Amino acid sequence: MNQLEILRFALRGLLANKMRSSLTTLGILIGVAAVILLVAVGEGSSQSIQKNIQRLGANTLTISPSFSGGGGGGGGFARAGGGGGAPGGGQNTGPRTQARELSLADAKSLTDKTVAPSVASVSPVVTASSAATTYGAASHSISQLIGTYPSYFEATNKPVTKGTYFFNDDVLAARKVVVLGQTVVEELFGTLDPIGKQVTISGVPFTVVGVLKESGSTGGQQDADDVAIAPLPAVQQSLTGFDSLNSIVVQASGSAATESAQSEVTAILNQRHGITGTASADFRILNQATLQETVSAATGTFTVLLGAVAAISLLVGGIGITNIMLVTVTERTREIGIRKAIGAPRSAILGQFLMEATLLSLVGGLSGVLVAFLGTRFTIAGIEPVLVPSSVALALGVSVGIGLFFGSYPANRAAKLRPIQALRHE
Amino acid sequence: MTAPVLSVQNLVKEYGEGDARVRALRGVNLDVEQGDYLAIMGASGSGKSTLMNILGCLDVPTTGRYLIDGADVGQLDEHQLAKLRNRRVGFVFQSFNLIPRMSALANVELPLVYGGIGQAERRRRALAALEQVGLTDRIHHEPNQLSGGQQQRVAVARALITAPALLLADEPTGNLDTASTQDVLEIMDRLSESGRTIVLITHENDVAAHAKRVIRLVDGEIVEDVRQGPIDGPPPRMAGVAR
Repeated sequence: MNQLEILRFALRGLLANKMRSSLTTLGILIGVAAVILLVAVGEGSSQSIQKNIQRLGANTLTISPSFSGGGGGGGGFARAGGGGGAPGGGQNTGPRTQARELSLADAKSLTDKTVAPSVASVSPVVTASSAATTYGAASHSISQLIGTYPSYFEATNKPVTKGTYFFNDDVLAARKVVVLGQTVVEELFGTLDPIGKQVTISGVPFTVVGVLKESGSTGGQQDADDVAIAPLPAVQQSLTGFDSLNSIVVQASGSAATESAQSEVTAILNQRHGITGTASADFRILNQATLQETVSAATGTFTVLLGAVAAISLLVGGIGITNIMLVTVTERTREIGIRKAIGAPRSAILGQFLMEATLLSLVGGLSGVLVAFLGTRFTIAGIEPVLVPSSVALALGVSVGIGLFFGSYPANRAAKLRPIQALRHE
Repeated sequence: MTAPVLSVQNLVKEYGEGDARVRALRGVNLDVEQGDYLAIMGASGSGKSTLMNILGCLDVPTTGRYLIDGADVGQLDEHQLAKLRNRRVGFVFQSFNLIPRMSALANVELPLVYGGIGQAERRRRALAALEQVGLTDRIHHEPNQLSGGQQQRVAVARALITAPALLLADEPTGNLDTASTQDVLEIMDRLSESGRTIVLITHENDVAAHAKRVIRLVDGEIVEDVRQGPIDGPPPRMAGVAR
């Protein structure tokens, strides 16, 4: 009695009831495919979020004003920034005496190398949203017009593919020059070369000097390429006015220096805004590195959760196998009796039914992997799934394990039957 | 004289517990010699099927000793029992007990599969056994495509294929029509003539008439033991034909 014979008996047993076998297999298939697919979706979303964060620039701190009661939208980010152990940043711990907005003078004070040695560059930022732009007959509403300093390009990781950046001279002279995002260029110029052309933004003429590199995936509803970047005073003069900044982007001198840069910035701004003791700060600092850590921890939890839900369906599939094998054993009790009467040892009966259960789960597992492989080639809910090899191995291993584990009870019951009891069974 | 193929000493079998206890066998003593053809007769409830199941190692006695070829069955573990059923005993059931959805050939081969015999040898011996029962033209039919008599002949072929020391038949003709009964009994007679030891259960006198020795069981005890022909001679019916 060798393994091949047992395999043949098991196959014959399964093929005798094709409908039942395929439905049981389907249970495992769905479980395995769900585990692999959902883990892949989780991994894909995690990677795309990481990529989006990366795109905001490395080693940067973004300082934005914080108004009392206005913590709704940016609250998550603020907590992410402040949660990194940095003192003071973005914590609402007590009543605020007076809230001051961020000013250009605030930004200038951060460039002081003696008080803030970890700060590499400071870029004050004003933004205007939905700026109507025209070129000839073409018009487009730019979703984000940014006025800033040249250091902003490096700090936020926005390289130029065509033309140039603008320079400090342009800022000092408040020249009306602009660097456009890819989407804006396509909307206004189509295939034309935009460099040197003049566009009208909210009625003010600007000269195009450069085009930003396409940032790729959009990461949600907002198109990261639908931007225009111009010198700070030019935007302030024509569009936003000079009173306050929307944010200040600070680049630290290295990835290790972000924490110290954050505390230096906090100290300077606390002093300038007169925040002492328990008074809560009127600004918040978004730290790229801590944000990334927090987000990856959150998406990790998300992936585990998805995997766990899928694992439950795998378990249900396993119970399906037990159920079917129990039915099979009951139904074939007489056959088991005959086999025992003509001399089948217990191990042969055990092997046959265990093999049947394992075959069911193995076939289900393999086809589940196949379905998952096909599924990960499509975009699911705006997320490109990323196959995690360990999840494939795990799901397949678990499905075979399930076959052995859930099949062993019915198989044992079959093997233990006394021949005369089994033969009398009707 | 050689040791008996089968020896039963003071065999008792009880079912149930307490008040519901039923004594199916009440101390049966029986020796069957090599080459004998024994018929066990009795009304239903006389314990003849219980005795047969114990002889076929399908059931265990409550007390008493049972030896096959001198080996004490009570001392064997389950694996050895399976081996014994496989090699020493061939069993023919009243209800055929072929495995459905397997061809006649596969059914006959099955004991050799469990005996660990290679495929080519299995096929050769199965074909020979099927030829012995006259079913060479039906080897690829499944049991539900065969008549009762043909199914029982397949079952006999299956019982014979391991060349067992003992052929046990539990009312083999109970579910068969007259013609098929004659076929099966003729096969039994021929097997007996070739020296095979056969134990057969029946409640029909016509069937019992084929045996060399007839035992009658009543309420779990042997009440009659009649020899109808010599152990080493042909079975009485064949001897009758020859005369």
